[in-house]
Amino acid sequence: MTQSFPSCSVALEAQDLYCVRDDRVLFQGLSLLVQNGDLIQLAGPNGAGKTTLLRLLAGLNRDYDGKLLWQGQDLYDDFASYASARLYQGHLAAVKKALTPIENLRWLCSSWSVAEEALWQALDEVELGGYEETPCRQLSAGQTRRVALARLCVAPTPLWILDEPFTALDKAGVAWLEGRLQQQVRSGGAVLITSHHALEGIGNLQHLELGGQGGSV
Amino acid sequence: MSLVLATIKRDLLLAARNKGEWLNPLMFFLMVAALFPLAVDPDPKFLSKIAGGVIWVAALLATLLSLDALYKADVEDGSLEQWLASGESLYAMTLGKALVHWCISGLPLTLMAPVLGLMLNLPSEAYVAMLASLLLGTPILSLLGSVGAALTASVRSGGLLLGLIILPLYIPVLIFAASLVYNASIGLAYNAQLGFLGAMLALALCLTPFAAQAALKLNLSR
Repeated sequence: MTQSFPSCSVALEAQDLYCVRDDRVLFQGLSLLVQNGDLIQLAGPNGAGKTTLLRLLAGLNRDYDGKLLWQGQDLYDDFASYASARLYQGHLAAVKKALTPIENLRWLCSSWSVAEEALWQALDEVELGGYEETPCRQLSAGQTRRVALARLCVAPTPLWILDEPFTALDKAGVAWLEGRLQQQVRSGGAVLITSHHALEGIGNLQHLELGGQGGSV
Repeated sequence: MSLVLATIKRDLLLAARNKGEWLNPLMFFLMVAALFPLAVDPDPKFLSKIAGGVIWVAALLATLLSLDALYKADVEDGSLEQWLASGESLYAMTLGKALVHWCISGLPLTLMAPVLGLMLNLPSEAYVAMLASLLLGTPILSLLGSVGAALTASVRSGGLLLGLIILPLYIPVLIFAASLVYNASIGLAYNAQLGFLGAMLALALCLTPFAAQAALKLNLSR
């Protein structure tokens, strides 16, 4: 499925972000602007605060100082409209082991009105064709991950926030996901991603280095 | 709203797959009532006097047994994170979860209660009252319980803690409901208790989702 997003639809801005966890300053004075067509990879050593920053930007955690703006307004002024424009995928897949991939995907995509065939196609695309009716407890870690990532095929959201999406994927899975990211950026969407995987060559990749002093893009 | 409905549907499907989750508390309910006459006194007159109380204590403890799992799985597998990320009303979400919990806990208990009434020689004129008390009372147990379950969702073995938090809140329900059944079994009016249970249910419906929602957010603010 290809779609393109209007050029002004993504405008996520962080101004002078300051965040402390367990008496440790994770970042201070951090500014960031995400716009259409951006692919921003957060880098830094383990514990540098990549996941924390993504959770702040996704609106899951309000424990910060500074400003978070969505289209010029405070993120929490109209959280519902922000939430409907971005997809957040954390470390946890939100996949129930007792349910089948298609049942899980139906739930994962229930915020958007996605046609049933599109869901089956999405599972086909992540190479889970034939496993649609197998309970997820019988699937491998990589396959479980693919169930959650199948959302990326049908998500109508211009902004993706992905936390280590390459975890547990095999080579074919990695290639598929890189293709998805490229397509998302090309069609005018934006991606914020943490990964230790090299993403060179996809769109105009930008790096944001975390750890120690904090930086800016 | 669509996510709330999808969650209700998914949880009912999960309950249909993991039958032990809701059958165990139901078996517990049945066993308590079956063991009571053996251990205390099989005299029918004595049993009919304590029937209402025994049924209610057993129903309350059975509900407590099934509460622990209410939010735990959702916190562990990331579903809760997805709810918060979805921007949909957590109020409706917690209400939906409590509703599903009642469907797989309170409703089967209510349906099974007449069998227990028979075993405990509950006077026939008290059956309607007992069913009414359970229909009004068990949703209160689910709603109050969802607050405790939300508070202890990320505690590793939170079962005991959950009991400590929730039992004091359950006591008023137990007192009014058991006295309702007792009054009915000796032929007295029980409108007052029915009214109190109804008022408690209305309050719990409005207020507990706020508390559960705040507790769930606490679990995720790491």
